[in-house]
Amino acid sequence: MSALKLVLHEFRFTQKVFWRNPASVFFTVLLPLMFLLIFATIFGNDPIATLGNVPTSTYYVPAIVTLAVVSATMVSLCVNLVSAREAGLLKRGRGTPQPPWVFIAGRISNSIVISVVMVAVISVIGRILYGAPIPWERLPAVGVTLVVGAAAFCCLGIALTAIIPSRDAAPAITNVITLPLYFLSGIFIPENEIPEGVLSFAGLFPIRHFFEAFFTAYSPSTTGAGFEWFNLLVVAAWGAVGLLLAIRFFRWTPRT
Amino acid sequence: MPEPVIAIEGLRKSYGEVEAVRGVDLRVEREEIYAVLGPNGAGKTTTLEILEGYITRDAGKVEVLGLDPAKATPDWRQQIGIVLQETALETLLSVRESLEMYAGYYDSPRPVDEVLDLVGLTGKEDARAGRLSGGQKRRLDVGIALVGDPDLLFLDEPTTGFDPEARRQAWQMIAGLRDIGKTVMLTTHYMEEAQFLADRVAVINRGVVVADDAPDKLGDRENLPTRISFHLPPGFDPAADGRVAGIPVAVEAGEEAPSAVIESESPTADLNRLTEWAMAEGVELVGLEVKRPSLEDVYLKLTAS
Repeated sequence: MSALKLVLHEFRFTQKVFWRNPASVFFTVLLPLMFLLIFATIFGNDPIATLGNVPTSTYYVPAIVTLAVVSATMVSLCVNLVSAREAGLLKRGRGTPQPPWVFIAGRISNSIVISVVMVAVISVIGRILYGAPIPWERLPAVGVTLVVGAAAFCCLGIALTAIIPSRDAAPAITNVITLPLYFLSGIFIPENEIPEGVLSFAGLFPIRHFFEAFFTAYSPSTTGAGFEWFNLLVVAAWGAVGLLLAIRFFRWTPRT
Repeated sequence: MPEPVIAIEGLRKSYGEVEAVRGVDLRVEREEIYAVLGPNGAGKTTTLEILEGYITRDAGKVEVLGLDPAKATPDWRQQIGIVLQETALETLLSVRESLEMYAGYYDSPRPVDEVLDLVGLTGKEDARAGRLSGGQKRRLDVGIALVGDPDLLFLDEPTTGFDPEARRQAWQMIAGLRDIGKTVMLTTHYMEEAQFLADRVAVINRGVVVADDAPDKLGDRENLPTRISFHLPPGFDPAADGRVAGIPVAVEAGEEAPSAVIESESPTADLNRLTEWAMAEGVELVGLEVKRPSLEDVYLKLTAS
């Protein structure tokens, strides 16, 4: 109870800072919505035969959700932690009676709340503009996939802070990692257009697996409960590696 | 003898080959403002950060409020306020929000309005921290250290970068902390700051304490000769016997003109003889100055290598 109170307190201020920062609002909230509108409009409603004749615009709803969740968790958390570290805020926080994990937990809860909001907003836009049905009957699979993905990408985001030297380098390094993977994993370009070899290369990384799991949970072409356990396992394994690296290499103090 | 707030014996810390702290002994009493002076790299911040529990020491005994800071507990941190050398603020939060955020980390925080008043930021509470002037930012930083209502405050160069007026205000504020029962340990590069604020001053040079006393007594300051100086009168050459009015003088190239300097053990008598001599000779003692050795003079002597 008291731990929850501490995290909520931290979350409250992390939220304020998030919404007041134009860069975080643009890259985490507005850019995914722009991508959805642009891609779904350009590539239209042609059915994708290899994916059970799902219209291309419907394909983009889970694709952009994947991007939005990765962005709200791994990217946003990493950038936020690096700037808090370099500004000396984490060091200052450690000088207070607050248990250190609360500073991380408050920021993780911010990432999770933003992820959930983004899933809801993208689903509603997909439903209204492109007629992509909301998968009420597979809600458990959507929820589980989201939780596993968000947790894993948060861990990876915290681990990434260790290799980022400065506040300025954070957006650049996270983009260098994510942008190519969005292209290769079928987020930006429908996967039926991507060569098999490229897809299996992307399959070495967690974004591809998170997308596959989320696509199955979301797509109207899915029959059954929509759980992709293998993909979820790979995502969770990446998250576990991230967690270990984060515990081992996370720094609280700025580079001097 | 009451328990000291801070007691350090034989403190040592190295970074690789560099010995930053090489055997520091210090004692800070309750409700005392204790200033640590020293050149850059002397080991001030390292010492402070060991006391704050940020850095682990290599050797020595350290007790802060009865506890080894290397084993800091949340209860111990409740009683300590820290201002780091670099101001650390969440620029997108307002002054009030910043204080409220940190207040939430403590069991019995000081009311935010009281803190605003203490650090002179009343009226600025809705301004974003990032939009404050440098001096105001630092005062908010001090406010954050005060919001938990700690007994002991560490201030690492609290007024660096302040304009003279802001510095005066900060001094009043820090002196006020002692009046409400706080113990303050600060580092500074400004001698006037130590002179104005400190009950005791320690000078650290190359990782050791070279002097530790009240600012007026530091380095035997009260027993050092008083310096009397005046511009050499035209046509006057003390080289003949090195004396003026029978008092030995040294000649120094001054900023405006060469000056005669007397290092006087009995300034009243020497001044009397000097002015009598000047009146009798009809000489005006242009640029006459009588100066006790300043803290800075003593400091420069202590830290000269």
